[in-house]
Amino acid sequence: MNETLIFTVLTLCVLGILSAVALYFVAKKFHVWEDPRIDDVEKMLPGANCGGCGFPGCRGLASALVKADSMEGLACPVGGAATMKAIAEYLGRVAEEKEPEVAVVRCSGSCDVRPRTNKYDGVSSCAVAASLYAGETGCLFGCVGFGDCVAVCAFGALSMDPETGLPVVDDEKCTACGKCVKACPKTIIELRKKGPKSRRVFVSCVNKDKGAITRKACTVGCIGCGKCVKTCPFEAITLENNLAYIDSYKCRLCRKCVVECPTGAIHEVNFPPRPVKTDEPAAPKSSPEPVKAKRSQPATENATMQ
Amino acid sequence: MEKKLVVSPSPHIHSGNSTQRLMCDVIIALIPAFIVSVIFYGFNALIIAAIAIVTCLATEYLITRFMLGRENTLWDYSAALTGFLLAFNLPPAVPWWIVVLGSIVAIGVGKMSFGGLGRNPFNPALVGRVFLLISFPVQMTTFYHPAALDGTSGATPLAVVKEAVKNHQSLSEVMPQFSYSDMLLGNMAGSMGEIAAFALILGFIYLLVRRVITWRVPVYVLGTMFIFSGILWLIDPEHFVDPLFHLLTGGALLGAIYMATDYVTSPMTKGGMLFYGAGIGLITILIRTWGAYPEGISFAILIMNAAVPLINKYSHPKRFGKTVTKKA
Amino acid sequence: MLKTFKIGGIHPNDNKISKGAPIEAMPLPEKVIIPLSQHIGAPAQPCVAKGDKVKVGDLIGTASGFVSSNIHSSVSGTVVAVDAQPDASGVRKPSVTIAVEGDEWNENILRDATELPDLDAKAIIDAVAVAGVVGMGGATFPTQVKLSVPPGKKAEFLIINGVECEPYLTADHRVMLERPDELLTGVELLCRALSVDKAFIGIENNKPDAIRLLGEKAAAHKGVSIEVVPLKVQYPQGGEKQLIDAVVGRQVPSGALPIDTGAVVQNAGTALAVYEAVVKRKPLFERVVTVTGKPLASPRNLLVRVGTPLRALIDYCGGMNESVGKAIGGGPMMGRAICNLDGSVTKGTSGVLLMDASESTRSEAGPCIRCGKCVSVCPMGLEPYLINAMTKKGRIAETESLHPYDCIECGSCSFTCPARIPLLDYIRLAKTEVMKIMRARKS
Repeated sequence: MNETLIFTVLTLCVLGILSAVALYFVAKKFHVWEDPRIDDVEKMLPGANCGGCGFPGCRGLASALVKADSMEGLACPVGGAATMKAIAEYLGRVAEEKEPEVAVVRCSGSCDVRPRTNKYDGVSSCAVAASLYAGETGCLFGCVGFGDCVAVCAFGALSMDPETGLPVVDDEKCTACGKCVKACPKTIIELRKKGPKSRRVFVSCVNKDKGAITRKACTVGCIGCGKCVKTCPFEAITLENNLAYIDSYKCRLCRKCVVECPTGAIHEVNFPPRPVKTDEPAAPKSSPEPVKAKRSQPATENATMQ
Repeated sequence: MEKKLVVSPSPHIHSGNSTQRLMCDVIIALIPAFIVSVIFYGFNALIIAAIAIVTCLATEYLITRFMLGRENTLWDYSAALTGFLLAFNLPPAVPWWIVVLGSIVAIGVGKMSFGGLGRNPFNPALVGRVFLLISFPVQMTTFYHPAALDGTSGATPLAVVKEAVKNHQSLSEVMPQFSYSDMLLGNMAGSMGEIAAFALILGFIYLLVRRVITWRVPVYVLGTMFIFSGILWLIDPEHFVDPLFHLLTGGALLGAIYMATDYVTSPMTKGGMLFYGAGIGLITILIRTWGAYPEGISFAILIMNAAVPLINKYSHPKRFGKTVTKKA
Repeated sequence: MLKTFKIGGIHPNDNKISKGAPIEAMPLPEKVIIPLSQHIGAPAQPCVAKGDKVKVGDLIGTASGFVSSNIHSSVSGTVVAVDAQPDASGVRKPSVTIAVEGDEWNENILRDATELPDLDAKAIIDAVAVAGVVGMGGATFPTQVKLSVPPGKKAEFLIINGVECEPYLTADHRVMLERPDELLTGVELLCRALSVDKAFIGIENNKPDAIRLLGEKAAAHKGVSIEVVPLKVQYPQGGEKQLIDAVVGRQVPSGALPIDTGAVVQNAGTALAVYEAVVKRKPLFERVVTVTGKPLASPRNLLVRVGTPLRALIDYCGGMNESVGKAIGGGPMMGRAICNLDGSVTKGTSGVLLMDASESTRSEAGPCIRCGKCVSVCPMGLEPYLINAMTKKGRIAETESLHPYDCIECGSCSFTCPARIPLLDYIRLAKTEVMKIMRARKS
């Protein structure tokens, strides 16, 4: 009895020691050294693993940050400047200053301004619908409206507005990771400078057709008339392929172009209401302005066409 | 304004197949066997089937409605089919509460806990059946010989054989009490739906004609059983029963035709089906011959169900043009 | 036992309601819009300007690049615009709009010629290229490119596709019945162009009259040996790869071209176009279009000038009515839904099909029950359910190992799915995305 007990205990002890020794050597032999700073930097990152930085997950960015000599080109769009500054301090480097950006939907073709010409009955996917044909409306460039962007957003910053059928960005939640930009088959969504107090001016249209064609398809599209280009005191607006574009880094938010736009394609957001003394309506979208323009404009447009 | 045309990606026509139709077809295919069990077991059979179906439908409804908050899915008839199949797998004199319990486990645990139709790895009816078989072995193995409706219990042919082998009896002593014609017509002790071979085969033909299932899985299962048990029988006919006996008893036909072919839990490809069917056949005979239970097809199907994801991962269909490389 | 292809396949109702209607010439429209890109490859460059007078058969667009095709005027009249016009899918494409004035043909076209000129292979291919002939089954691949066998490869035989496996369509069937002699001469010319001496004509068994007629004529044909091969009815037998498999039992390897099996496939309509291009020097500016569908008063097979608005065809056959829910260019399996009826008939328009509103919308998709029907019907031996599920989950790059690029978009999987899952929608997406990834990797 005693012998059995002692024998068992001894065997187990010896086995245990042998295993420990074996494990020790294996661990030594196969050890992979990793910079411990990578772990620390990873902890400082938001941990959303969104891929917005261009790396597969936060650890990818962390190891790139630790290995790189400078912070240039490496930034976490989610954590923003604060995070990058903290990491730069930790690594003893200078952080690259980057303006906060936000995703902007450049289409206002809601159901009432952009008449539907047919009925799509395929799977609810922008990519599928866009590759099939021109779309449910006469506008070849506008929002398809099946929310591929909403589906890819990891932060719940995008949602479809059931009334307009267009996606809406929540400025607070948007981290400018750029996933929606890639997901949109019509490249309607753009990352733009967030602006002071989230104030922005942008052309809410990507239609490159000639004015007459655009106008037929949608009442609030950019017809490429060029009035905004002439108005802009800062040369922030360019006109290419019948489409105006406002460079968000040149724009000084004077809002002169907003007033000038005959179709109301230029939007201003988060500005306080304008003083009511002028007869210009404050909000370009809700006013009778587009309707008025629609009546007066086609004659001149057609004249230029022919 | 002109009428808005519908635009959708091709194809623009559909075969008319639907999940409901397929499930209905299986239910229709089961009806001949059900009629036989009603003839032999009378009112009992009707009651058990009704309890099983109603409980399955109710369980599915309650879970989809109150736990998952989804639309009700009763109209795909898959829950009804599960209930019907479960009833087929129960002894004709089983108490009603066992039927209810089995149905709840079948739908609740076997199907809905995985996310409902299309997601369950195991055949729900068999999950219910095996749960009952393990939990209530006495009630689940008390069979009646159809001829003795007075209530005297009788053992299933496979159980008789197993007992005989255990007692070192020679098979030639016990075998003469069974006749193949009785087995074909359902005149033997067994679960409600497994007894009448001809009715089950009739249903099989219906399913083949309606293209609901292909011949593959049933033939692979039964073929493997036949070959494997045939080899054993040739080695020692005094010790091992003959292959035909194996095919006609113990729910082999019911399992092979209606349970192993369950879409959700069977492989997608032809190669996979061969592996799956052969596995079921082999395990069934192994359990029947050397296992603790007299019959084993339920266990065999569940075991192979577990292997299906793996089979699907490694067996791919033959691709067009992959094999032909010969150039003249 | 009739021949057919070996993997997968389905049997849709063939609904060939227009098969008894003889080909009739459609009256000229008032205006035609001729797209400059009616083929696979680079669009043709316009060589006319606004105000120019053109005759039937005049060149209005010249092929630009190797894979491209000439475009000819289908009417005589005045060019009123050279600009972008929406096609049947609503996408604006460069087009030439011509107002029709009379019907004066280019004098180079020998309208009465029937003599087979003695031409060598190169001359035939050149004549085909000049006439702008493209594959008329719907793929619209320029025919001269297909006839120019790449160096190092050799054509052994020609297969004429008279299968017309798409339900409803009967254009090829009527061509085979009404123009058998011209068709066989076209086959002879194609054989000479390819320097092969054996041709097969694959025809499905649901066209016994065409099999009998062409069989008799082919037996009496002097020149190359032409054999009519009756095939068991099965969709998608008209797919190039499936047809080669069915007729000669060779399978085109993944990523390879049909010529690698020694076969060149041409559509029956193309054979006729080649005949006209070579013998009559007539460019491809008109084609037979089946205008059909249950809501239509009188389904017909029409000889239509390219550029005719689709609406004119429908009006000629009884017009739209309340019950129409969908219009399709081509057949119901692979045709494209039309969203703009002012779009034109092109060289690839084999049919215009109207669907009843009740058949136009899809039923709601249920959960996949893993029945494996899509796997068993896929003629390319793919796993549609898996590609669909992965794509839906955004794992497109991973589908590469499932070979979505082999998909021929025949639609058999969506057709057969009992859960009504639109499998092909997502597979098509995976196919284009994966091919993009593969191209990016190569370069």
